[in-house]
Amino acid sequence: MSRIATRFTALQQNNRKALIPYVTAGDPRPDITVSLMHAMVKAGADILELGVPFSDPMAEGPVIQRAMERALQHHVSLRDVLAMVAEFRQQDNDTPVLLMGYLNPIEVMGYARFAKAAVKAGVDGVLIVDLPPEEAEELLVELDEIGLDIIFLVSPTTDEKRIQKIAKVSRGFIYYVSLKGVTGAGHLDTDEVAERVNCIKAYSKIPVGVGFGIKDAESAARVARVADAVVVGSALVKKVEETGGVADKLEAAITTLLTDIRAGIDAATI
Amino acid sequence: MLADVKTKQGTSGYHLPDERGHFGPYGGRFIAETLMGPIEELTEAYETCVNNPAFMTELDDDLRQYVGRPSPLYYAKRWTETLGGAKIYLKREDLNHTGAHKVNNAIGQALLARYMGKTRIIAETGAGQHGVATATVAARLGLECVVYMGEEDIRRQAINVYRMKLLGAEVVPVTSGSKTLKDALNEAMRDWVTNIDNTFYIIGTVAGPHPYPAMVRDFQAIIGREAKEQIMLQEGRLPDTLVACIGGGSNAIGLFYPFIDDEAVAMYGVEGAGEGIETGRHAAALCAGKPGVLHGNRTYLVEDEDGQIIPTHCISAGLDYPGVGPEHAWLKDSGRANYVSVTDDEALKGFHDLTRIEGIMPALESSHALAYTSKLAPTMDKDKLIIVNLSGRGDKDIHTVADLEGISI
Repeated sequence: MSRIATRFTALQQNNRKALIPYVTAGDPRPDITVSLMHAMVKAGADILELGVPFSDPMAEGPVIQRAMERALQHHVSLRDVLAMVAEFRQQDNDTPVLLMGYLNPIEVMGYARFAKAAVKAGVDGVLIVDLPPEEAEELLVELDEIGLDIIFLVSPTTDEKRIQKIAKVSRGFIYYVSLKGVTGAGHLDTDEVAERVNCIKAYSKIPVGVGFGIKDAESAARVARVADAVVVGSALVKKVEETGGVADKLEAAITTLLTDIRAGIDAATI
Repeated sequence: MLADVKTKQGTSGYHLPDERGHFGPYGGRFIAETLMGPIEELTEAYETCVNNPAFMTELDDDLRQYVGRPSPLYYAKRWTETLGGAKIYLKREDLNHTGAHKVNNAIGQALLARYMGKTRIIAETGAGQHGVATATVAARLGLECVVYMGEEDIRRQAINVYRMKLLGAEVVPVTSGSKTLKDALNEAMRDWVTNIDNTFYIIGTVAGPHPYPAMVRDFQAIIGREAKEQIMLQEGRLPDTLVACIGGGSNAIGLFYPFIDDEAVAMYGVEGAGEGIETGRHAAALCAGKPGVLHGNRTYLVEDEDGQIIPTHCISAGLDYPGVGPEHAWLKDSGRANYVSVTDDEALKGFHDLTRIEGIMPALESSHALAYTSKLAPTMDKDKLIIVNLSGRGDKDIHTVADLEGISI
């Protein structure tokens, strides 16, 4: 069983929901990321989502765009991100790590080479924003062979036929994007999210996580009632930005927000 | 009918892309899940419209009465004599309403937007030609129009920015990344994914996810269909060589496509070598790039060894793009078309030559095609025929040219 599946099983046995924080690797500096990953686990994260910087992040709002630009000022590459995960694994062999990014850096590295290097570094899953299942066949073969999970997105515009198609190829969990638009935007309609999560669950046995529009304990609690996992991204990245690269201040700010969100989720679900 | 966009190529059978929008390994749909449903809807609407005689008649009327088609195929006699080789014809897309080939596609997509019940149009623009064309057709159809343009391009193309504003469009400066065309495309995609219910995204070149590369090509293929008919009338035979500039590649594919099955016709796509390919400051994806995935399709890209897109450089904003339409990537690999490049300086000479010798002021984009033609023509016999796509007029570029020559106007 993959680390992601093991983690979800353990959480479900205790009636808990997963908290998945996102930060961009190398933002604002490469030397901050690994220690920030440990801090997030300490603050209650169950799975870590690490953004791989890309020069043209088409699906990101301004907050994550700027994070990627900050990381790219330090030329943080996919190889560097894998090295960060390997360093994280020296002290933490249990917390699943998921890479979020765009296809081109993986294309350039080569699918087989990437899959091998990712597993070696201790990565558990990948989420590729611009790779729908229709274009993923070749990569899926490599990932399945080596046992790396691939997480696909379902959005408010995905119809039932596509949900079935996505459910078939998804591994680890399915990520429901709760809003039309880019990351960091908008308002959350929990009733609609619940309905969509149920629809996904009708076609899939793996857990369903929800992201986009979750920024505090209150919104996280509402989502945790209807989903298996809560993803928090832009709200955290905003904290990274606000603390301007001072490591202690940054870790403290992230810890405060995550602890608060963790408490909100647990209060709503346990 | 002018607008017979679905005319298939000769029976020998070039019929790409396939059902999934692939040109060999290139093209496809590399987009966020939120766009997948809407893009399937767009594909269906497009298929329906091009098979609907009423839609096609309206498009045809617009191309004649509003754009002013067919555009002439002009024999550049003095330029031909100056170069002393092959006989050169210019396909005069610069004479279209709004001054470039971009309007052929903008009209087609705007009519499609209206058919789909969309009330808001968005577009990206580099040189501003596609932005102006889109703002123009949006004004005529009474649709709201927002154009994304890199801050750097806004500076370079002040006249076109003002034209768009006069036409009632909102021009949104894009300050992310390299502040040029690629970033404008990113920003337009972000707008689209957010406002998908009421918004139609008119992409100006043969890039983006399927069906855009095929759809834009089909709307631009009128250039090549007319040119073929005209050269048969004027010379009684097919041309030997076609030349067109390549940024994203819409004017080039528009000229090339109807000739793909005529294997004796050579094709040259001319990219912007900027300050020289060896300097790294260029925009030549096909000549100096590698395959990768950007803006919804797999194609050749100007990228580094980590897969990050490198900022490009070209004197003409319309060629300043790190990718290229996926069909050109396929035509390169298959050997059907040749891709070459010329520098800023060479393009500038092309601009001056045509202006002084023929009294036609070309766009700096088109000047790249002219510059390559001036190298090619003298190597060919006098009985050979070249058609160059004069994709746009140069009025918009006079400030750039004056600046380079230290003249303030």
